[in-house]
Amino acid sequence: MRYLPLTPDDRTKMLGVVGAADIDALFSDVPVSARRSELFALPLHTGELDVERELSQLAAMNRPAGAGPFFCGAGAYRHHVPASVDHIIQRSEFLTSYTPYQPEIAQGTLQVLFEFQTQVARLTGLDVANASMYDGSTACAEAVMMSQRVTRREKAILSGGLHPHYAATTQTIAHAEGMEIVRLAAAIDAEAAVIEAIDAGTACVVVQTPNVFGVVTDVTKIAHAAHAAGALLIVVTTEAISFGLLKSPGEMGADIAVAEGQSIGNALNYGGPYVGLFACRENLVRQMPGRLCGETIDAEGRRGFVLTLSTREQHIRREKATSNICTNSGLCALAFTIHLSLLGEVGLRQLAALNHSRARELEGALRGSVEILTPRYFNEIALRAPDASRVVEDLLADNIIAGVPYARLDPHAGMDDVLLVAATETTTSQDIAALAAALKGRLRR
Amino acid sequence: MRFTKDHEWVEVDGDVATVGITAYAAEQLGDVVFVETPNVGKSVKAGDGFAVVESVKAASDVYAPVSGEVIEANGALGEAPDTVNAQPEAAGWFAKVKLADPAEVDALMDRPAYEAYLQTL
Amino acid sequence: MSMSSVGRPTKPMVSASTEEHKALAGGRGLLQDEPLIFELGGWDKTGVDFDAPAHDASDLGDLVRSEKIGLAGLSEPETLRHYVRLSQKNHAIDLALYPLGSCTMKHNPRLNEKVARLAGFADLHPLQPQSTTQGALELMDRLAHWLKTLTGMPAVALTPKAGAHGELCGLLAIKAAHEAAGQSNRRRVLTPTSAHGTNPATAAFVGYSVQEIAQTEDGRVDLADLAAKLGPDVAAIMVTNPNTCGLFERDIIEIARLTHEAGAYFYCDGANFNAIVGRVRPGDLGVDAMHINLHKTFSTPHGGGGPGAGPVVLSSALARFAPAPWIVHGADGLKLVEEAVEAAAEAFGRMSAFHGQMGMFVRAYAYMRSHGCDGLRQVAEDAVLNANYIKAVLSAEMTPAFAHGPCMHEALFDDAWLEGTGVTTLDFAKAMIDEGFHPMTMYFPLVVHGAMLIEPTETESKRELDRFCDALLALAKAAKAGDVERFKNAPHLAPLRRLDETLAARKPKLTWRPEPTGVAPAPLAAE
Repeated sequence: MRYLPLTPDDRTKMLGVVGAADIDALFSDVPVSARRSELFALPLHTGELDVERELSQLAAMNRPAGAGPFFCGAGAYRHHVPASVDHIIQRSEFLTSYTPYQPEIAQGTLQVLFEFQTQVARLTGLDVANASMYDGSTACAEAVMMSQRVTRREKAILSGGLHPHYAATTQTIAHAEGMEIVRLAAAIDAEAAVIEAIDAGTACVVVQTPNVFGVVTDVTKIAHAAHAAGALLIVVTTEAISFGLLKSPGEMGADIAVAEGQSIGNALNYGGPYVGLFACRENLVRQMPGRLCGETIDAEGRRGFVLTLSTREQHIRREKATSNICTNSGLCALAFTIHLSLLGEVGLRQLAALNHSRARELEGALRGSVEILTPRYFNEIALRAPDASRVVEDLLADNIIAGVPYARLDPHAGMDDVLLVAATETTTSQDIAALAAALKGRLRR
Repeated sequence: MRFTKDHEWVEVDGDVATVGITAYAAEQLGDVVFVETPNVGKSVKAGDGFAVVESVKAASDVYAPVSGEVIEANGALGEAPDTVNAQPEAAGWFAKVKLADPAEVDALMDRPAYEAYLQTL
Repeated sequence: MSMSSVGRPTKPMVSASTEEHKALAGGRGLLQDEPLIFELGGWDKTGVDFDAPAHDASDLGDLVRSEKIGLAGLSEPETLRHYVRLSQKNHAIDLALYPLGSCTMKHNPRLNEKVARLAGFADLHPLQPQSTTQGALELMDRLAHWLKTLTGMPAVALTPKAGAHGELCGLLAIKAAHEAAGQSNRRRVLTPTSAHGTNPATAAFVGYSVQEIAQTEDGRVDLADLAAKLGPDVAAIMVTNPNTCGLFERDIIEIARLTHEAGAYFYCDGANFNAIVGRVRPGDLGVDAMHINLHKTFSTPHGGGGPGAGPVVLSSALARFAPAPWIVHGADGLKLVEEAVEAAAEAFGRMSAFHGQMGMFVRAYAYMRSHGCDGLRQVAEDAVLNANYIKAVLSAEMTPAFAHGPCMHEALFDDAWLEGTGVTTLDFAKAMIDEGFHPMTMYFPLVVHGAMLIEPTETESKRELDRFCDALLALAKAAKAGDVERFKNAPHLAPLRRLDETLAARKPKLTWRPEPTGVAPAPLAAE
């Protein structure tokens, strides 16, 4: 079998050295009743050709996003990743290396993480960032947990503009930790309700911008209100490209910023693996979850990087850890860093401007025939489309994937007529024209 | 100076006890990188967890050797945690506690007893 | 006759000097010293070309960022060079063994990378209409089938994004089950002293108090201590099997029985599944929930620290509490049920956005199909044989922590054999780097002094194992012969020497700042 280097001869020799009669002797501690002598009821091994064939068949049953006009967003965005990114992450030394616990032979990984942390801190306008989390939604939950540790208060206020999956994830984790989660009603422009809900028992307020309806908000007022009450402001961003155009969370007074980094360097991949960004103010760093990479020197005075502040983590603090996390999203963070290095400040701003421009073109094409619910947007807007799920299904006949019905994210919000539509640099004018024509025709019915 | 089995020391002046960790403990820990001192105003009972001392590879709980109220914490440790390694039984003190029951101190080991105890470890 | 002397002489001159040669300008043969991207001066450069936007951002007014971001950019050739140079400083499984206990650093098949990148998987949005993603759902369903069959468990939650996330999922299902049965008073979790740190960390996270179970002299759970500590307030035990000492828990069925009798659930940490895959089913041992690390047993790449995937198999008692979304067979094909309704009515909630690490599912499934049931059984056998071989060979110089009986897929040594040499486990491990090997897991599990935990996996050839053992035996002999210098300042031959972790923790410098103070790059080259 192609992945198993031992030959029958090797095995015989090695059993001899071990002093075991046969391989079963090495499994003698397994209770007799649990020993399985027959093969499991699964297919036998097979060659690459066969495996490729089966997987290609499965892949062919799916309609890739790029196979026609495509407008889904709602937490994951289709962007063009330059060819060199995927090429570099497939180098053996990056793809097949382990967590950098032995820094002398992992400076490649560690330096990349340090660059990543610096990039994330700068994008979010905050002081420090960690070496990534699983994704934006778990980063959001972790931020809420962190606010409990920092403020020693139990209540978190989740804005009505927060992505329902993020809210649900936070609720699941917080329920376990005994926190009270106040999930405000879904609302397109959700600011005022958040400020009203803050009180002396609030540990944090969680606000997303651009929010799940695409609305861009200046959260400075919310920051003031939160701080006046002794609470933390957590800002969530699900479209990382927006950092290239919009005011940063740090600029607006955020204490913690979390984001989904998938848009930079990573494909859609049907929902994972993605990469969570987590940044905060300097004074909060010891309460931060996740891995941290720091600068130091070696025995010869040369600069190097190491994982640091590990005493927060599970392998040392065990039950007193800031989190139970063990892995970060290493390779996805590497892809993020490479893509962002290729872009640079200039490129990211251009890319962000292009995304916004496409969305303006989209809005322009739809204005008049469709009600647009989003007053200010980056690259995603919410439309009024009665029975939006139905509309999306119907437009499939024209090979158009029209967007994400809000009801798919939260069927109980009473927003069955809201459709979330995103445009990126991969969206063409023809795509937009096709969508506009199809929607116009469909909604007239 | 008096000592506990968990390697904390106590130095009493009137009804105020200064508390820290012993040279033995500091040596065992290795390089101290951070000390989480207790909040001023906190009430402690002897034996309660009251501070945490971190080295690169470990985080160790420090237990209050006496009961009382924390009236001062050693702020200098924030900038210079290495003081704990350099002068564990002097400038590396953690906190000052206003004693609830001065008699508790008498029950602790004196230096010869502590040194004898160290021999048994 | 005219003679060309270009390129002469063609054999090396014998050098009289034995001093280590130093280059003049900072490079070292093939290795380059590479600064941070922020130090390469690319504030106005970009390596991507874009069309000019047709519309501006005037509609956003002062929502637009006014401050500079502070990102560096590079052209494509510079970017490639930067990251390729960095990659040269990494050890990788493609280079040599990582004998890391409980990490299962096996070969990452490249077929898996190829199929994961098929557009039908990679260019698929999680929220597309489900009729357009039936192939993806089918793959997830087939993967689920393999996981359930291999473990003998009726259900699996696919969404956890890593092992620790899987542990959280398992414990939340257990908590939900107790709540549904009116048993919320169960607030204690028991775990052996040898448990991996994620076990108590996860239990505490979920609000349980953690109590340790003692270990017997032969490295296993002390049944009597377990029985004494079980009670009506225990929610669960968390046990790894094979355990972190590399040993199979012989009394596992009794451990499960006692636990169930006390009304608690058995959470099994599946990190060591590689030892038994295809030969033993956790379901037959009485396990109620077990996470499987796809990045360990099922070969998805470690990528320098992640991403992972940690699906959790569940017993029939816990199945209905599995988190949303569920994959359900419907009249029109496969369906994702994304909230707690219908079949998933008692799901405890959602673990994250969307539905799991699809990229890892594709890779793991390709791995399983490649190996088949016979190949997977061989995986466990070769993994166990390789570990026992290493244990037998290294025992000539090193002291196994548990000498009697076979180990499973990993061999545990203590540091008794180093006594009196002045060399510690740490020093020994750093010297391994000079020999071309990544150190083994050190100082874990905590129950063994100076622990060294070695897991070779089944993808190491006998030749590699012998090379590894020869190196360690030579080092062991050197330590015992008093060659302390070799160890104390090791590594000598890696891209960097030992790093000052104290400095990093005392004065944390976590981002690059353009300030004159702080640690400067080493005197490198002339600019």
